[in-house]
Amino acid sequence: MSAALLKVTGLKKSYGAIRAVDGVGFEVMPGEIFGVIGPNGSGKTTMFNSVLGQITPDAGSIELDGRDITGLSPLELNRRGVGRTFQTLQVFGKMSVRDNLIVAAQEHHGSMFSRMFAPGDSGLGAKADALIDQFRIRHVADKKAGELSYGQQKLVDIAMAFMSDPALVLLDEPCAGVNPSLVGGIGSLLKELNRGTGEAQQKRRSFIVIEHNMDFVMDLCHRIMVMVEGTVMAIGTPAEIRANRQVLDAYLGS
Amino acid sequence: MRPMKTSLVAGLVILALLLAVPPLLKNYGVYLFSYWLVFVIANMGLNLTVGYAGQKSLGHAAFFGIGAYSVAILMKAGFSFWLGLPVAALGCFVVGLGLGFPALRVQTIYLAFATLGFNTAIWLVMRNEEWLTGGTFGINNVGRLGFFGLSLDGNLAYYYFVLGVALVMGALLWKLLASPWGKAFTALRDNPIRAESLGVNVQAYTLLSFAIGAAYAGVAGALFASLVQFVEPAPFAVGASIMMYLMVVVGGPGYFFGPLLGSAVGVLLPEWLRFAQAWYLFVFGVAVVLLMLWLPDGLLSIPDRLKARRQARAASAARAAAAQAIGAQT
Repeated sequence: MSAALLKVTGLKKSYGAIRAVDGVGFEVMPGEIFGVIGPNGSGKTTMFNSVLGQITPDAGSIELDGRDITGLSPLELNRRGVGRTFQTLQVFGKMSVRDNLIVAAQEHHGSMFSRMFAPGDSGLGAKADALIDQFRIRHVADKKAGELSYGQQKLVDIAMAFMSDPALVLLDEPCAGVNPSLVGGIGSLLKELNRGTGEAQQKRRSFIVIEHNMDFVMDLCHRIMVMVEGTVMAIGTPAEIRANRQVLDAYLGS
Repeated sequence: MRPMKTSLVAGLVILALLLAVPPLLKNYGVYLFSYWLVFVIANMGLNLTVGYAGQKSLGHAAFFGIGAYSVAILMKAGFSFWLGLPVAALGCFVVGLGLGFPALRVQTIYLAFATLGFNTAIWLVMRNEEWLTGGTFGINNVGRLGFFGLSLDGNLAYYYFVLGVALVMGALLWKLLASPWGKAFTALRDNPIRAESLGVNVQAYTLLSFAIGAAYAGVAGALFASLVQFVEPAPFAVGASIMMYLMVVVGGPGYFFGPLLGSAVGVLLPEWLRFAQAWYLFVFGVAVVLLMLWLPDGLLSIPDRLKARRQARAASAARAAAAQAIGAQT
């Protein structure tokens, strides 16, 4: 087995007396789609935010490609190739869709000083167009992102996370609030992006996906981690998770 | 490309008017036009800080004052305006960078109060440090400058000089906003958390939005000192900062030409309302209240609103037509 892309060990985070994350450890392999499921309040988002530098964990370490990234800011993590989406829509409403994509990668090109004299699209126009085609949002590319429907905004939101060629992308509920017909579309887009195929051909990349839609998770993910009350209940392939008695009782139900 | 072209045409028409109209005016009219352009320059900077980068600053008049006093003090000491101008701009840039730091911790109304406190502190220095600023008596007989051997003592000559500076400052801002920086500022305003997760150095852009905005106020202050030729603390008090903020909001925050219109409302409209005498402040106040109720995004949001309404009408017409077509089939 090759070395892990992301390695989380003994992660802990408490809010007062509540142990939101209590000793979580897992590894994500290069090219893997790693699902995280669990009931509300099981610590998924706290784990996510610790990995992403949004909050500082009380204990534990996080390694990316063998290097310690514990406690780095979201900005530094992004520069090291970690992308993310948020649970709620986070597009720049007053910018066009294309500009949303361009701003999502422009800070990776040149220095702040050189960007003062760079062209408005930072030379990222072609790349943005490729993602626009892959996400089937060509017809709204010049509209303001805030004027689009929820589903379209969700697509823009996800596409933005891929503009800077990240090695690892953390997706927080990519299907939340999306209509069922689009859920399948998002699933196949993520599979394409994972393989590095499609219009915006890039390298292979790994994902961590939090999602409540079980069909979606089981279909998309290579391995799944089940979290309950801040701890890891099980990690395994979708088939293993489906067959796990303990998981069935605690979360998936009959 | 369309809005860019419209902006260009609008810019050229405005420029033609700015070149042609003032010679037809009386001396006081020309003076007022210069006064207005000075505020346009200052408010271009505030529009960057507030309108584009979304930082609620109520301390802009302090920078305007620092610019004015820099020039007044240096010219009184025998130095040239041409030294005073860069000193004013650079000084304000540095102080503005400093004022940006509270913005890294607090936002919205809390930031507004922090900047307001800063304005008060600077104003107290202007009023109390008589050895430097002349206190409440101020500094009088601030000179006009020469420009390559031309005298700018006349109001019309000085007006054209201010217009030239305004054009240069406008072009620089246009260029900055068209560069990736423009998008970074807008991203910072719309959603700083997402911006940071995409690699935008939120802290650096926040500080620079204050610093660059302040530098514009510094340049405007320098021109102001030489225009009115008398500098005292009153025009740089907190009230002036609020007035400048109002001008940016009325014109349209985040619209390039917003400050042009907003400053006209703030500087020229009160003059035109003089016929109303004692009533003028009342009329002005009511006008502002109504404007904020109907156009919270400022005067320049009118074209966008009309466009949105037209699109909505076209969309519902298309829907009605489609419904009718379906009805005809069945």
